[in-house]
Amino acid sequence: MPEPLVDAPVDAGIAAVAAGPEEVEVSRSRKLGFLGWFSIIWLVVVVALALLAPILPLPDPNRSFGAITEKPPIQPGHFLGGDGIGRDMLSRVIFGARISLLVGFASVVIGWVVGGSLGLVAGYFKGRIDGVLSTLFNVLLSMPALVLALSLVAVFASSDENTSTSRKLVVLIAALGIVSIPVLGRISRASTLAWSEREFVKAAEVMGAKPLRIIWREVLPNVLPAMMSIALLGMGVVIVAEGALALFGASVQGEPTWGTMIADGRGDLRNYPHIVFIPSAALFFTVLSLNYLGDVVRARFEVRESVL
Amino acid sequence: MSSPNGTDPGSAGGATDPFATSGSTATASHRLLEVIDLHTGFKTPRGRVRAVDGVSLTLERGRTLGIVGESGSGKTVLSRSIMGLLPKRNVVREGTVLYEGIDLVTAPAEQVRDLWGAEMAMIFQDPMTSLNPVQRLGAQITEGMRYHLGMDRKTATSNALALLREVGIPEPDRRLKQYPHELSGGMRQRVMIAVALACGPKLVFADEPTTALDVTVQAQILNLLQRQQRERAMAMILVTHDLGVVAGRTDEIAVMYAGQVVEQAPTAQLFANVRMPYTEALLQSIPVLDAPSHSRLQAIPGRPPDLVNPPPGCRFAPRCRYVQERCLQELPPLVEAEPGHWYRCWFPVGSGAPVTVHIGAGEVPADPIPAAVAGDFGGGEQVLPAGGAGGAGGDGDAGRGDPALGGDGSEGVV
Amino acid sequence: MALARELGKRFAALALVLFLVTLFTALLLSMIPGDPVDTLVPLSASAEADAQKAELRHELNLDDPLPVRYVAWLGDFVTGDFGDFYRTSGTDPVSDRVSSALPVSLQLMIYSQILALLLAVPLGVITAYRAGTYFDRSANTTAFALLSVPNFVLGLVLAYYVGVFLGWLPPERYVKFSDDPVEHVRHMILPTITLAAAQVGVYMRLLRSDMIQTLQEDFIQMARSKGISDRRVLWRHALRPSSLTLLTVGGLNVGTLIGGALVIELIFSLPGMGREIADAIFNRQYVALQSFVAILAILYVLVNFTVDLLYTVIDPRIRHARATG
Repeated sequence: MPEPLVDAPVDAGIAAVAAGPEEVEVSRSRKLGFLGWFSIIWLVVVVALALLAPILPLPDPNRSFGAITEKPPIQPGHFLGGDGIGRDMLSRVIFGARISLLVGFASVVIGWVVGGSLGLVAGYFKGRIDGVLSTLFNVLLSMPALVLALSLVAVFASSDENTSTSRKLVVLIAALGIVSIPVLGRISRASTLAWSEREFVKAAEVMGAKPLRIIWREVLPNVLPAMMSIALLGMGVVIVAEGALALFGASVQGEPTWGTMIADGRGDLRNYPHIVFIPSAALFFTVLSLNYLGDVVRARFEVRESVL
Repeated sequence: MSSPNGTDPGSAGGATDPFATSGSTATASHRLLEVIDLHTGFKTPRGRVRAVDGVSLTLERGRTLGIVGESGSGKTVLSRSIMGLLPKRNVVREGTVLYEGIDLVTAPAEQVRDLWGAEMAMIFQDPMTSLNPVQRLGAQITEGMRYHLGMDRKTATSNALALLREVGIPEPDRRLKQYPHELSGGMRQRVMIAVALACGPKLVFADEPTTALDVTVQAQILNLLQRQQRERAMAMILVTHDLGVVAGRTDEIAVMYAGQVVEQAPTAQLFANVRMPYTEALLQSIPVLDAPSHSRLQAIPGRPPDLVNPPPGCRFAPRCRYVQERCLQELPPLVEAEPGHWYRCWFPVGSGAPVTVHIGAGEVPADPIPAAVAGDFGGGEQVLPAGGAGGAGGDGDAGRGDPALGGDGSEGVV
Repeated sequence: MALARELGKRFAALALVLFLVTLFTALLLSMIPGDPVDTLVPLSASAEADAQKAELRHELNLDDPLPVRYVAWLGDFVTGDFGDFYRTSGTDPVSDRVSSALPVSLQLMIYSQILALLLAVPLGVITAYRAGTYFDRSANTTAFALLSVPNFVLGLVLAYYVGVFLGWLPPERYVKFSDDPVEHVRHMILPTITLAAAQVGVYMRLLRSDMIQTLQEDFIQMARSKGISDRRVLWRHALRPSSLTLLTVGGLNVGTLIGGALVIELIFSLPGMGREIADAIFNRQYVALQSFVAILAILYVLVNFTVDLLYTVIDPRIRHARATG
């Protein structure tokens, strides 16, 4: 029986519209709304403050000023008041950003680099390598993330006095990095699997290009966008995780972090809530910004994919 | 209503009543469905797509109307528009659709919904995607009965069993508990038919009911539909791109192109006395079993027009063999050739209009016919003396068996 | 039967994962830098202490090779011997602590999942049906805000404003259901809401996106054409095929749920596994920690496995594909 005419250009339009309600998120990604600009500005400000903290005219975050003990904002000379033992809140929040952001960034970088590479390898070579790597990912993912991180930190950086702050920090970053690896690994693997079936990759293979070169030049640039949004979202998750770990006493001591500020301030919640809520607000806005931008990046790249 | 001699294009009277069908003796009480100047438009970023652009039809009880057209002609949208089964947003429907006197366009949604299933039903094209994949077949059949007719489960189930037997499904009691993916394509379509017939509707829309099926199964399904229709005295609107499907199975055929009806006639008359060149081209493109092997399929070159801004003249003109100046400038109205036979053309088949051969862009004709004026496709146009117009096969036309024409399959028409 | 073979494969995979996970936790003790018993026995150097440590070392099989240690640990674990919690005043069996703490954590997790689904499913369905409307957009924004708030921050906010400032509900402590059902509920409300909040956002958006896709399918048109009400089409026809992703994510979410429950328990001073783990970490009781980690990990693995099995029930196509494929 003869074939019906191939869809005229008009038909596609009807099909698309006749299909039903349209996905709203896509159209939102064309312009950055208020929230988008807020997110970018907030993150820029926070990162700038964190980087510049040592040279800013701030009082020592670890020094106690008796006058402002437990005093809420606004105090003369101490804009955000003092915490339970009189340390300057503003200074602590800004210095706290340094470690919290560092932890977030470094852990995600570890997850991205290690997890991403492993995923690329697994997705491209498939077969037994994929089997082994996927099992590795699955086992790591089989444990509740927080539990895994807690166990690693507790074991490798026990909280006795001879554990230095920097060692604790390294362990913390490593633990959260390890937890991030399978997440990013799975995504890069899935993305690689999809992209390595495309013709241009096959073409490169046929031309005799070496696998490493193919991965680097053909597959990687296409896998990157999917991972970008996950990286942003992941940073938010890790920064929050630092806070959670602090509540268990598993975060760095000696230096302020947003998590430890919240954990320490819990005892005073009834009477002096600002001690807890100031770092909480900083944490919230940072995570919100990272989440929103991650979402925007994802939507933008998903749209491009579907046009393909 | 006598009509002027339909073969004389110049005297096409124009505004005769396009609502009357064959058998203008039909009284209003027989008319099940009356569609009056129906327009359906979809709002898109590019503008409003006029998928159905002023269609009028009537249908009596127990009669079958075939709606034929290529993809994009608006035939599916038409059947959905008549029923009202359109998306809620970005769709505009204007005109009148009278079902037993009730205007479906203006009636409240609940009233229209009450009619669906109980009075009118639709059989969809692809039974694999149209049946709920995670619901048992029995439930899908009985749902309408229990909802509209208030049957209890036992009665509905025994009815469903009977229906399955009627549509020719073996082991119906086993099938009731199965899921769509467990059945073959032909069986699924039979189930779909059972679902549609469950509440005993008076009007059934069959939207390309056999397109997704094997050739061998198609005839079975069509025969089944015909039989059911006769037994239940149902009216049916059979939508298809395939003239072969409607040939022996309809009382009347309406041919659609670019959102409009371009020819409409009782079936026998349509085949015997084709007027509209588009219909003629459709007829010619049907492959004939006893044609010599390796004969080329006749295809209609070109594509349907843009439905957002349709051209001012006849919409088929750019692809028509008989196109003249007037065709490109004025949209012909529907005129009656003989009682019940309407067509929309300034120079219909058999009127002696000269034939034009279209050459697609970039193609080189085998015959050394020099490309003259740049035509619609950037190719050449050559006017040739009218050959044996109106018949199938027409080898009198130079260039008809030409490899340059209609070669690449993507421009094939049914 | 092919289905049995398929199940067999899954059980084998389950066994493998359980093995590796328990191996990891069993190894935790050995990964501690230094001598583990030094940290476990909080006594100063003395002859008595040394003897205790030697005994402990023997008990924990620390001088034995790894496979022996693992098997011994496993043997103890499956018989319910989770080791001991060493304190200056004596040792507590960890199993006691687990049997009192685990139910509390489980309650919190179950309550919050139920609450999250009760809210997310209707919201997901309605926002999909009314996609693009004001209601949809505001619901989406709220969901987004909710899932951006760190759960402990939300907990603290609720504890302070509702618990302290307004005083409507108790912000801490726990009452057993069997002791006082009303108080039990009152004490669990805030923690449950806190834990459910983030999930509502995730589930709602997921379901919405799936539903929007499903509503574009042909069989939905067919269902509509039967003349049944929109509500029926939504709930009886569209919801079930759309719920698959929800199920997957629900299963994977249990990991976050477990972590979240642990944290919330700390915030609201609930005597659950969270507090036990914090205790173990603070006191460097790695044996206890090891058992807690193992228990939670196994719980998670089992839940995921069950979710996987549930797939076949929900979608008969998958059951069919698995049986024959």
